[in-house]
Amino acid sequence: MDLTRRQFVQATGAAAAGIAFSGLGANLKPVEARAGQIKTQGAKQTTTICCYCGVGCGAIVHTRQQDGRVINIEGDPDHVINRGALCSKGAALSQLAESPNRLARPLYRAPGAKEWKPVSWQWAIDTIARRVKTTRDANFLAANAQGKPVNRLEAIASVGSAALDNEECWLYQAFLRSLGLVYIEHQARI
Amino acid sequence: MTNHWIDIKNSDVILIMGSNAAENHPISFKYVVEAQNRGATLICVDPRFTRTASKADIYTALRSGTDIAFLGGMIKYILDNKLYDEEYVLGYTDAAMLVGESFDFKDGLFSGYDPKKRAYDKASWALMRDDNGVPRRDDTLEHPRCVFQLLKRHYARYSLPLVSRITGTPEKDLVKVYRTFAATGERGRAGTILYAMGWTQHTVGVQNIRAMSIIQLLLGNMGVAGGGINALRGESNVQGSTDQGLLFHILPGYLATPSTAWPRLEDYLKRRPKSGDPLSANWWQNEPKYIVSLLKAYFGDAARKENEFGYGWLPKLDAGQAYSWLDLFDAMHAGKIKGFFAWGMNPACSGSNAVKTREALAKLDWMVAVNLFDNETASFWRGPGVQPDRIGTEVFLLPACVSVEKEGSITNSGRWMQWRYAGPKPRAESRPDGDIILALGRKVRELYRAEGGAFPEPVLHLKWDYEGPHGEFDPHRVAQWINGYFLEDVKVGDAVHRKGTRVPAFALLQADGSTACGNWIYCGSYPEKGNLSARRGQEDAPNGIGLFPEFAWAWPVNRRILYNRASVDAQGQPRDRKDWVIRWEDGKWVGDVPDGPWPPLGDLKKPNPASRWPFIMTVHGFGQIYGPGLNDGPFPEHYEPLECPLERNYMNAQRINPVAPVWEGKTDAFATCDPRFPYVATTYRVSEHWQTGVMTRTQPWLLETQPQMFVEISEELAALRQFRNGERVRAVSARGAVECTVIVTKRFKPLKLGDLVVHQVGFPWHFGWRWPESGREESANLLTPSTGDPNTRIPETKAFMVNLQKV
Repeated sequence: MDLTRRQFVQATGAAAAGIAFSGLGANLKPVEARAGQIKTQGAKQTTTICCYCGVGCGAIVHTRQQDGRVINIEGDPDHVINRGALCSKGAALSQLAESPNRLARPLYRAPGAKEWKPVSWQWAIDTIARRVKTTRDANFLAANAQGKPVNRLEAIASVGSAALDNEECWLYQAFLRSLGLVYIEHQARI
Repeated sequence: MTNHWIDIKNSDVILIMGSNAAENHPISFKYVVEAQNRGATLICVDPRFTRTASKADIYTALRSGTDIAFLGGMIKYILDNKLYDEEYVLGYTDAAMLVGESFDFKDGLFSGYDPKKRAYDKASWALMRDDNGVPRRDDTLEHPRCVFQLLKRHYARYSLPLVSRITGTPEKDLVKVYRTFAATGERGRAGTILYAMGWTQHTVGVQNIRAMSIIQLLLGNMGVAGGGINALRGESNVQGSTDQGLLFHILPGYLATPSTAWPRLEDYLKRRPKSGDPLSANWWQNEPKYIVSLLKAYFGDAARKENEFGYGWLPKLDAGQAYSWLDLFDAMHAGKIKGFFAWGMNPACSGSNAVKTREALAKLDWMVAVNLFDNETASFWRGPGVQPDRIGTEVFLLPACVSVEKEGSITNSGRWMQWRYAGPKPRAESRPDGDIILALGRKVRELYRAEGGAFPEPVLHLKWDYEGPHGEFDPHRVAQWINGYFLEDVKVGDAVHRKGTRVPAFALLQADGSTACGNWIYCGSYPEKGNLSARRGQEDAPNGIGLFPEFAWAWPVNRRILYNRASVDAQGQPRDRKDWVIRWEDGKWVGDVPDGPWPPLGDLKKPNPASRWPFIMTVHGFGQIYGPGLNDGPFPEHYEPLECPLERNYMNAQRINPVAPVWEGKTDAFATCDPRFPYVATTYRVSEHWQTGVMTRTQPWLLETQPQMFVEISEELAALRQFRNGERVRAVSARGAVECTVIVTKRFKPLKLGDLVVHQVGFPWHFGWRWPESGREESANLLTPSTGDPNTRIPETKAFMVNLQKV
């Protein structure tokens, strides 16, 4: 089984190129025969790196074409660090993606309210942007107590996140620093 | 990690201390076991007999928070028995350098201490320099002011009986560990250290690691395969998020955040110290190229020479002031912070003294929480004991995608940048974090463009064109700007690099605005030839040491083992012939990407002027046994944790680290040697949960395997207090209380500190009231204190005092 999976990924090159594909390569007869019986038949296959600890294990994600949901996630045998192995959390990755406990839509809690209220993305982004601007405009510090120019904003703080991708982290810190934030912290500090 | 995961297999002795790798980084153990199968010895030192301990050839316990005493004893053992690698120590470290006459150490204090400020004036710790600014040396290592002799004198006090009395580790165990690890000082043998938060989360966190760094330098273990100093990072991209500067004190690529100490760009460009030694690469002297290229990446065309490339638009810290996690929540608790983003984080459970954090959240006007799941932070207003109608904080909770639903890169502990692809579509209305950041930035900019406002320049000039064709976040575009572009034709030597092409390596970055680069250490990750982090090449190094140079991409410049020029002798030949990393062959380096292109030193007494000393990131080019840059002293010294069972420090006259930050608010209470809180406590993780557990307590398999908050106690303590296995108790500290299920175990044993018997207990910190739905499982951080390391300000969550009460 491992061997056929390896051939599967290598033959299509999909993992390296990041191109989604469906079905099996026409030159892989034995694999085709086998795939007829497995639930990942016809699935889109992508590689990922586990989202938990810092080892950086590779995994293969099978996604159903019909509804775009995960069928299975398992260790990537061609990943040179984990060679297909995963720990208990890594082995449960598909339950993370498909958890019914996941947040489905933006929620809002008004001051003093006892409940969440579902809101639209547009309302949430517009309202948060307005809060950011109002707080920034009212609290921006051009100079510190000694009169030295500092151009900073201490009234807004941010924590997060090692759960973001590098590109998202970079974009996030650029945004926060453009606003003048200095209270920028995340998991690495704790 | 200076080395990387696969490299562990090349070790001869693996010390795991301050980490439980078998439990928390399970796949790392593939390589630990592989090393053992090849004859390596595994040593585990931990307050508790962990899963790592169960695989160890040598295990011994110590009291939590006494690692420097333990390691200081090892330094003494190595020096007393002359087990160090003399050639390496003399040639590659600062051991021969002379320290100025003003440096002193007395009664637990280094020279220059100001008790009012609780801070040192580090000027008195400086090295002696000659007229050219080169450190003075004594190559006989006998001068009383040389680093080697000062080191000897400092650790002369760390005798076996004294170390044993402090740590609780039996003397014979100390000797066994010292002898085994010190044997890696032999040429061709490598020893490694795997540590994690068990070392960093202390008031002496940095000095724990410094103590081990001294050992690794003495034994010649830096730069070699199977060696190094290896921090096992706990999150898939905590290395990357640190590299990208999501911390108050650093911009991307470890450039210092601007402060009032450098009001103008010209001040910043001059800030790095110079070495008078022509053989020191002193790599940080290149910083001007990196900061100017970063400013160009931030502000694009608006960053011009005339406006200091926009340096004035960046916020400035007050020099010397910390804005760290503990400081942040202290300011929030004092009502000084109005708005708050908790992005992919759960501070109501994750940080030290969560009681204070939860109170602080209630002082906010508004909070934005972005997460996969509801959690204790987003829902703090309906937490245990909280009346929602009394909480005025407005909360926005935004659903983010799971990693498999989006595309981008993460960086593992071994500095490997690895690309991941989008598989499933975002579930329900969840969105990639990048989309949310981009949309929010777009809206804020729109408001400033339409209405003006306070200091709008940085907001409006920020380059914000990272969209794909449908307005969505395009990770490739950001990755390419992180890599960097030539903004003009740039001629370097005979080669002309064309405007609009990507920079192939950071050596080509410029300080004149002709290049842009979002993060210099990632320069070369996405050059014109493509995205190197997506590579899957299966070929290893010729000697099979696990470098896999064409699998993913490692910063910097795809170098897999840092300081690898210290792995060779002066002739450029590997000190370890079998597990060699680089070597000089026919006038060039082969193997791993070397730490710079320069030829070998040749003769250490008369080095080749074209060569450079191997420790290129230090000012003078040598490994630093003596560390005059830290806030708490040039040599690690044992101090007790803020909360400890002892009335005094047996090592010196200072009980705690004299410069550790201490807060004095009502919620910051601490209790030392207090009969109300008699047990030493520590926190840790289990395989089945992750961090505060938001991503794992919400899953059925993982919750079933580890369903509830527990406390592990020894059989002796259980007998003493008549606690039964499985019964619920309340754990209390000076700050808070948590209900736990008792696990009576042989994994903890009472420790003997001289005549004193000390009990240790341990808690996982994965729980919180929101999940599981019972609401009865809570966070161990309700117990932990408000203090931390004076350099990093990482909180001290690994050593504190508690009691256990019947429920």
